[in-house]
Amino acid sequence: MSDTPILEMQNVNKSFGPVDVLHDISLKVRAGEVLCLLGDNGAGKSTLIKTLSGVHQPTSGDMLMDGEKVRFDRPRDATDRGIATVHQFGGTFPLMSIGRSFFVGMEPTKGWGPFKRFDREKANAIAVKAVQDFGITRIDDGDRLIGGLSGGERQSLAIARALHFGARVLILDEPTAALGVKQATHVLRVVNEAKRRGLAVIFITHQVMHAMAVGDHFAVLIRGAIAADFKKGEKSREEITDLMAGGESMSDLEAQIDADNEGQSSQAGAA
Amino acid sequence: MAESKNSSGGASLFNLFRRPEAGAAAGFILIFLFFAYFGLDKNFLTALGTSTWLNFASKVGIIAIPIGFLMIAGELDISIGAVIPAGGIVLAMGTELYGINIWVAFAMSMVICGFIGFVNGMIVTRTKVPSLIVTLATLFVVAGLNAYVSKGLAGTTQHSLQDVGVVSEFILGDYHTLAFGDGDDKVTVFRSLQSSFFLFLLVSALGFFILHKSPWGNWIFALGGDQESARNAGIPTSSLKIVLFILSAMAAGLVGMTEAVLANTASTTTQFGMIFNSIICVVVGGVLLTGGFGTVTGTVFGTLTFGIVFQGINFTTFDKDLNMLFIGVLLLVAVLMNDTFREWATRASTAKK
Repeated sequence: MSDTPILEMQNVNKSFGPVDVLHDISLKVRAGEVLCLLGDNGAGKSTLIKTLSGVHQPTSGDMLMDGEKVRFDRPRDATDRGIATVHQFGGTFPLMSIGRSFFVGMEPTKGWGPFKRFDREKANAIAVKAVQDFGITRIDDGDRLIGGLSGGERQSLAIARALHFGARVLILDEPTAALGVKQATHVLRVVNEAKRRGLAVIFITHQVMHAMAVGDHFAVLIRGAIAADFKKGEKSREEITDLMAGGESMSDLEAQIDADNEGQSSQAGAA
Repeated sequence: MAESKNSSGGASLFNLFRRPEAGAAAGFILIFLFFAYFGLDKNFLTALGTSTWLNFASKVGIIAIPIGFLMIAGELDISIGAVIPAGGIVLAMGTELYGINIWVAFAMSMVICGFIGFVNGMIVTRTKVPSLIVTLATLFVVAGLNAYVSKGLAGTTQHSLQDVGVVSEFILGDYHTLAFGDGDDKVTVFRSLQSSFFLFLLVSALGFFILHKSPWGNWIFALGGDQESARNAGIPTSSLKIVLFILSAMAAGLVGMTEAVLANTASTTTQFGMIFNSIICVVVGGVLLTGGFGTVTGTVFGTLTFGIVFQGINFTTFDKDLNMLFIGVLLLVAVLMNDTFREWATRASTAKK
């Protein structure tokens, strides 16, 4: 593992007109490392992802890849550099076959000139093998429609696709948010496999349990700024949850809710 | 899920349903048998009877194939109603009024219709206004231009188109018959089939190659499935959409020209009926209204079914007014089947374990 981070942000600020969304963000991710970005809704997670993947450009501050300054003007620039973003539901087409969906935009062809044909067998074989290598053995027919897969399998397929096309940095946007426990485990296993293969993974989530299962490094985002930055094992689950809730301790919040509930029930009793 | 416990028999049934053209083909066979039975006494099954509905179907079909592409990509084009006459009058005015060679006029007409498609595509991709509204607007703009330009240049909305030459007439608008032998041994393969039928075959074959064999087909499906993801995957979504609008406009122009050459006359009358007809053919052919799914084979079967229902009633003793009712029922059944299909497709499990 080289010590130079694959992707690094240095003092990045992003504002939309008068609205400041990101303040002074600095983070780095190395090969074979999972960086978990934790944050409540509205903490600026999506803006951060979009800046990392080239949708937005930083207002100030630098982005570095392998220690070199880079600038992404379009999402394509980031993709060409090996940054792949997998969205919660995106990247898959419910009514397309697994093989076709896997190669969207980069279809393998046979034949020549205007008679180039989409090579279905090859596409199916590669797609199925790529997913099975991630331990999703239930997928064995590339002609099946994506719509028939579970949410976890779709995420895994999207991650396998990113890897197949040479991604070095994998940005996962809430991959487990809409999944059940078992499905989420699937995805976490795939994340671990990606890490084992030497990818730098940025894992965005608000589920602390999932983050702790795979993360090496953690950054908590509050109101567009990094409120805490720590390594695996440095903080307990309760501490992280408290941080995400904005410094207010979760037990205080619970006490508040209890008080509210009691107030309501006594009102109900009076009525 | 109940489906996942099915035996291999259930799986093969599912595989059948996974092919929407199977449904369209089954519908076609049913409708064909129905009219063959009720129209037997009135020559439905003769070569001439078959040509009646094939000729009608081909004109709709030439447009339905590219409209199917657009619908798979999640868009609609209803401006074709005005582009059809535009194609015809440009050809007629070019050859009659200005004495241009028919093939040069043909190319001009294609370029003009393609430009209308380009404008449609540009507006849709730049403004994000639904294509239904954009092409509704261009439908009326082009319809107005047809009449205005036509009257301004030629002083009439009806243009005659005489004597366009043997070759161009053969390719664009003539009746073709193929028969062997004489007298009692005479075997008629087809009789009085219009040129547009052969153009329909050509357009279908081209469409099949593009959508199902070439890599572009994958782009069209991806575009209709999830535009954002398609763009992220590096597909030039805007250009692709514009090309699809150009294709549908050019197909409409082609139909206008075949009609003009066949009838030796071109009129500026907007063909509102063709708008609905082409959409019905596509939907009956199993293309989902929500986009992302469909086949060319299905659209071809949908078009043939539509042709039979529309023309076949004339070969039966049923009241002719009932054909609209037939088509309404057909469309409703098709939409419900397509919907069921989507349910099936997105609910089925991955493997038989």
